[in-house]
Amino acid sequence: MNFETTIGLEVHVELKTKTKMFSPSPVAYGAEANVNTNVIDWGFPGVLPSVNHEAYRLGIMVALALHAEVTKETHFDRKNYFYPDNPKAYQITQFEQPLARNGWLEIEVNGVKKKIGIEEMHVEEDAGKNTHGDDGYSYVDLNRQGTPLIEIVSKADMNSPEEAYAYLEQLRKTIQFTGASDVKMEEGSMRVDTNISIRPIGADKLGTKAELKNLNSFNHVRLGLAYEEKRQAEVLMSGGQIRPETRRFDEASGETILMRVKEGSDDYRYFPEPDLPPFSISDDWINEIAGQIPEMPEKRRARYVNELGIPEYDAGILTDTKEMSDFFEEAITDGADPKLASNWLMGEVNAYLNANKLDLAQTQLTPANLATMIQLIKDGTISSKIAKKVFQETIKKGTEPKAWVESKGLVQESDPTVLTPIITAILDDNQQSIEDFKNGKDRAVGFLVGQIMKQTHGKANPKVVNQILMGELNKR
Amino acid sequence: MNFLETDLHSLHQQLVNHELTAVDLVKDTMSAIDEHEPQLNAFITTNQKKALAAAEKIDAEGIAEDNLLAGIPVAYKDNIVTKGVRTTAASHMLDNFNPVYDATIVEKLEQAGTIDIGKTNMDEFAMGSSTESSFFKPTHNPWDLSRVPGGSSGGSAAAVAAGEVFAAFGSDTGGSIRQPSAYNGIFGIKPTYGRVSRWGLIAFGSSFDQLGVMTRRVKDAAPFLTVMSGHDAKDSTSSQRPVPDFSQFIGQDIKGLKIAVPDEFFGKGIADDVKAQVEKGIQQLVEQGAIVDHVQLPHTKYAVPAYYVLASSEASSNLQRFDGIRYGFRAEDVKNLKDVYVRTRSEGFGPEVKRRIMLGTFALSSGYYDAYFNKAAKVRTLIKQDFEEILKTHDLIVGPTAPDTAFKIGANVSDPITLYMKDILTISANMAGVPAASVPAGFNAAGLPIGMQMIAKRFDEGTIFRAASAFEEMNQYYLEKPSFKGGNA
Amino acid sequence: MISKDQVAHVAELARLSFTDAELEHFTTQLDQIIAMEHALAEVPTDGVAPTTQLTDTENVFRADVPVTDGPSRDELLQNVPESKDGLIKVPSIIDKGEADA
Repeated sequence: MNFETTIGLEVHVELKTKTKMFSPSPVAYGAEANVNTNVIDWGFPGVLPSVNHEAYRLGIMVALALHAEVTKETHFDRKNYFYPDNPKAYQITQFEQPLARNGWLEIEVNGVKKKIGIEEMHVEEDAGKNTHGDDGYSYVDLNRQGTPLIEIVSKADMNSPEEAYAYLEQLRKTIQFTGASDVKMEEGSMRVDTNISIRPIGADKLGTKAELKNLNSFNHVRLGLAYEEKRQAEVLMSGGQIRPETRRFDEASGETILMRVKEGSDDYRYFPEPDLPPFSISDDWINEIAGQIPEMPEKRRARYVNELGIPEYDAGILTDTKEMSDFFEEAITDGADPKLASNWLMGEVNAYLNANKLDLAQTQLTPANLATMIQLIKDGTISSKIAKKVFQETIKKGTEPKAWVESKGLVQESDPTVLTPIITAILDDNQQSIEDFKNGKDRAVGFLVGQIMKQTHGKANPKVVNQILMGELNKR
Repeated sequence: MNFLETDLHSLHQQLVNHELTAVDLVKDTMSAIDEHEPQLNAFITTNQKKALAAAEKIDAEGIAEDNLLAGIPVAYKDNIVTKGVRTTAASHMLDNFNPVYDATIVEKLEQAGTIDIGKTNMDEFAMGSSTESSFFKPTHNPWDLSRVPGGSSGGSAAAVAAGEVFAAFGSDTGGSIRQPSAYNGIFGIKPTYGRVSRWGLIAFGSSFDQLGVMTRRVKDAAPFLTVMSGHDAKDSTSSQRPVPDFSQFIGQDIKGLKIAVPDEFFGKGIADDVKAQVEKGIQQLVEQGAIVDHVQLPHTKYAVPAYYVLASSEASSNLQRFDGIRYGFRAEDVKNLKDVYVRTRSEGFGPEVKRRIMLGTFALSSGYYDAYFNKAAKVRTLIKQDFEEILKTHDLIVGPTAPDTAFKIGANVSDPITLYMKDILTISANMAGVPAASVPAGFNAAGLPIGMQMIAKRFDEGTIFRAASAFEEMNQYYLEKPSFKGGNA
Repeated sequence: MISKDQVAHVAELARLSFTDAELEHFTTQLDQIIAMEHALAEVPTDGVAPTTQLTDTENVFRADVPVTDGPSRDELLQNVPESKDGLIKVPSIIDKGEADA
């Protein structure tokens, strides 16, 4: 029997704000336990929430970037459940009228393009952190409590783990380009839950779905879904039935492991949050935010190809992260030749980042320094061999290339009035090589260039040397 | 100084003239409390030290001529959080709870120089109309000690009626300021929803709760309400409208005032002596030039069921935070998380609170939301529209505050529905969010106070002060003092 | 009629427990209260929007500016039944499923 797979994703993304969704306490990472909390975060008796304007603005920005329709008349709701990291025992979220609906993203897998629908997205507050000790106790830190989140619920439009992976990549990229979030799974600013089911090809009804949680990277999502596809097929092939379960991905074994079987649906007793007045989102505000959205990667990519003459593939890599794309554009603004800048970023810079496991921002390289270095190569001030030295210096220490090559005496000698006497003197001393050249032995030229380089301590511009040398040889 | 024999202006004048100091007032207050508390139980916590320190500071700074409230002793219902002073909501759940911040009204009133004497008794989490569901003890009515003071702000009402404090603050979710005011022969006003910040009020029904003030005389409440009111960034539902000086409405005549008297407020279940006394009062208003129409509020009979679903639903959610983890009571010898939740909540809440949590949880639960919560919310719209319609053509709706006078302690506790139905006259104002007050309207044959309710348009508390002060001037019921008799039932 | 099982389920949702006798008593009382609620069913409400709050404002936002002058961590922790190193301490979950809520 052959099966087809149906996948839907629920993605939580932290919005980049200074304060929490419903309280003015600071959002910050790595602080001591419970330091960034106030009476609201603790759910003290008598406290009331207030809505962070910036969080809502970023939410709308993400919605627009995902081509969704922003809900005009909306309000917050309470989702009720007890847990130690949920101090009020309800989460303030948008249930009845989410922030936006009906978005989409385009993905490409193996050269095939496909639109993935987005059901809805809503803003809400994050929970605190519950750590389970081995002493029979849990420990609650409320620093994260109330951090603004946007939850993005896809339609069940994906049919393979690869499509899910591509969707996540595209989603991450899009949100990152809005600047609304860092969207880093490893730092928890992006979290993914998945639903997956399979059914015999041609079947009308979708199969029973399993929920897959605890996924720490896009790669785990892909591996976990692939395992689930296989597991579910095996269960069905052996005559079994899929139960509605929550499973987690185990990194070590590469398998998914049962967390619990779902019995009925959870009863969150949603109702409208009486402590927050409703919202009537104006077209003016939506238009204003639309005007603030930075250029999205697809547009940048097209512009790089059409206006800057960058190859399609390279333009794709350059627009993979906002960081890289912004860096590239700044380097051009600082005077770098676009193609050379692209080559350097794709080549040496990426190799350096990969080798050292760094982000661009974690190095000392600046767009201005890269532009200067490229200019030095282009105008012949330094050789490409020297350029590699300059690059190491500036990416590690942030050194300004021009001043550095001058102070180190690494500037290339391109002046014919300086080089010609050196070359003629060397020719005078090497009659045998001239003979060899005349007899068609090309090796002789290499030997002569070597001598000239030795004499100029490697500073002679090879191109200029070659020109003068050939001229002089032909004269003799 | 005896608060039963004075008013705010004369107290203030004596303070300004140094005939009296704020410290004297605190001491007099404390001795009145010492005298009456054994019979009344109006307070859960008193704070003599804090009060004296505040009074000394006020005396040292001197009392400005234009600051009526400076040095005046007041009390807060114990569901209003006070920094550093135990705040219990009259529940075992919070009997050791020490707030780390002040409610906005506490901040504003302290800014104005009032002296916080202590925290008054109430029904647990403000759920009840007799103050009998307090975890600590029932409060007694100073007009007849065998009777309840009403509720849930029964401690505040009794403390003011007995002259223990000059003014007290309460919360009103379904009548919790007005009904005890009626039972105690004092004035109590629940302002428009949104008029006063709810920051620091331990929530019961968030879309119903409003804070208000209780005093013996109408005119004395006005300056307190002026100070309490206004937008607060900490309460997003608080109104941005400007706040008038409510004192300006005191003493205005009521000629031409259009009064609506709903038939439903005089129907079955309203005691004859209450009806007669309130009708007499309405006649007096007519004599002063008010124009009275008899009107209908056809959805009134649905107010009680709709209210109990909605307020209990909100309460079931609001009270989930009481879980034994971050503050308050935690059950002993808990073995796991479930124990912490279930045992703490089962041992920490009293029966009335549990009843409402159960009703609210049920009304919101999967499969019942539409039939209960959402249906009640739609009925609420109709009730609100009834009021809006009448108040388009009338300045005031007038009727009794409560269907009866104070009942005997223990008389109703076993029958929740009978108790719930007593709220029928007060609940509608909370359903519609309109301001409403209870004004002393005399006494029945047994000498028990009767209250007349005045309900106005949203944000038109001024008209209530205008009509209530005119009515007070005609009758001067405040000259009567409670008997402190009747024995402890 | 609400059943004892239904009442027990609601109690579970509300994290309350009752003895059998209490449950019996509560079921009777809740049943009476719910019977009172049935009056609502007779009100025609087709096309009527629900009222879930009464504020006179809309679009109330707070500027994204941190406020840090509130109670300190020690003050916030002073009512906690058990704490350790600035963390709130609470007996562990046995029912793992709850972790998922």
